[in-house]
Amino acid sequence: MKKIEAIIRPGKLDSVKDALGTHGVNGLTVTQVIGCGKQKGNTQVYRGVEYNVHLIPKVKIEIVVMDKYVEEVIQVITNVARTGEIGDGKIFVSNVENAYTIRTGAIGENAL
Amino acid sequence: MDTGDTSFIMICTALVFLMTPGLALFYGGMVRKKNVLSTLMHSWIVIGLMSLQWIVLGYTLAFGPDIHGIIGGLNWLGLNGVGVEPNADYAATIPAIVFMAFQMMFAVITPALISGSFAERMRFPAFVAFMLLWATFVYDPLAHWIWGVGGFLRNLGALDFAGGNVVHISSGYSGLIAALVLGKRKGLGKESMAPHHIPMTVLGAGLLWFGWFGFNAGSALGASGLAGIAFVNTNTAAAAAALAWAVVERLHRGKSTMLGAASGAVAGLVAITPGAGFVTPLSSIFIGLMGGTICYLAISVIKAKFGYDDALDAFGCHGIGGTWGALATGIFATKTINPAGNDGLFYGNASLLGIQALSVLITVVFAVVATFIILKVIGLVMKLRVSDEQEAVGLNLSLHGEDAYPDFI
Repeated sequence: MKKIEAIIRPGKLDSVKDALGTHGVNGLTVTQVIGCGKQKGNTQVYRGVEYNVHLIPKVKIEIVVMDKYVEEVIQVITNVARTGEIGDGKIFVSNVENAYTIRTGAIGENAL
Repeated sequence: MDTGDTSFIMICTALVFLMTPGLALFYGGMVRKKNVLSTLMHSWIVIGLMSLQWIVLGYTLAFGPDIHGIIGGLNWLGLNGVGVEPNADYAATIPAIVFMAFQMMFAVITPALISGSFAERMRFPAFVAFMLLWATFVYDPLAHWIWGVGGFLRNLGALDFAGGNVVHISSGYSGLIAALVLGKRKGLGKESMAPHHIPMTVLGAGLLWFGWFGFNAGSALGASGLAGIAFVNTNTAAAAAALAWAVVERLHRGKSTMLGAASGAVAGLVAITPGAGFVTPLSSIFIGLMGGTICYLAISVIKAKFGYDDALDAFGCHGIGGTWGALATGIFATKTINPAGNDGLFYGNASLLGIQALSVLITVVFAVVATFIILKVIGLVMKLRVSDEQEAVGLNLSLHGEDAYPDFI
């Protein structure tokens, strides 16, 4: 099992979620996050006082899938979330040791 | 007695009341979220404090029988003798108790205006003491000088229709002193102090604008044509100042902001307050345009140059806007609008401008000196400012034990 963490543009959340759904991925966790990378921040001015905001709002999607689906999920996210501009985001993949479904007690890949 | 006038002034009283909760929201949206409740409290608790202070002591100090032009006598302590009979000295057609209530709402909002200057760093007990002492030793005498029969600024011929001197100049300059005495917020210029909820501020500005119709039109003290003129002038100046701020900001910084347009409206309302019942609607346009522009420059340019931390611009809006309004009254006042007023500079009477300037100067000197003394005296008895740790945690939690926006559940 792998965990896929995709940090994407907030405006891309709905289309990524829909695209994943058509590929059979129906379970995911979404978090509002802020962060910085290559994308420049923005400047805000309140009553003449300027603030440079470096931490930009993004959305983080977490999905845990069987190893064989990892490539496909990454492909879907990449296709939908890409604009070609700086700031499209990152995807991280890591190993997951085990999984449990709280209601049924299912373990491992059965729990996904 | 006139039932129309009485009902009009009671409605205006309620309108002016609403300005203080409006001010709470206007200021509350501009602070960081960890301090929003403390900022709302500053206005809300003042409603409680001043409502009682005014009934017990404030009203008689401000409007009681004159003592040497300086202060009202204690004849009406606890509203003794203030009842349904009109007091012809102030408003011959409405019950004295209604006039008292209308004036009470002015006494409520004025100290609350100051709180914008020292937001995010004042201890609550020191705040309460400051508000009570300031109302008693600054607001009440000043209201007597300008509005009280026999008050020396009134006798001098200074015009202040709805409270430019008494409300805005006094609170604005007092705020500047309070900001200087308390010192800057920690991290100013290094950490972000951006407003946490501009829609809240816009809601507050809207309530202020709405309530200001009662503030200015009600100051005609009757449901009269003069009230109608003050009503129109109020809206005109607010509209002009909101536009002026948005335009100047765009020319200066490239974008018009919502916070700026809301601030501009308030600056315009402040600027028209002293002249609302003395000038024409066309003059109100100019007073508003200048009010928005001058306050923008004071807040965006002058404040940065001098570096004082008037956190929410109580001085920039009310001190500067009020000063401009008082002087503008000396320029644009005309007897064709209000025969009980006077002609200003543009109508051939330069002396009124001099009198207005003198009344501003006296108000400023008095407010500045008295505020400084009051804060120093309170400082001898208790700490004025929260500890560094309390400030870092935020005043919601450290002073009031509450969280404005709990993250979970």
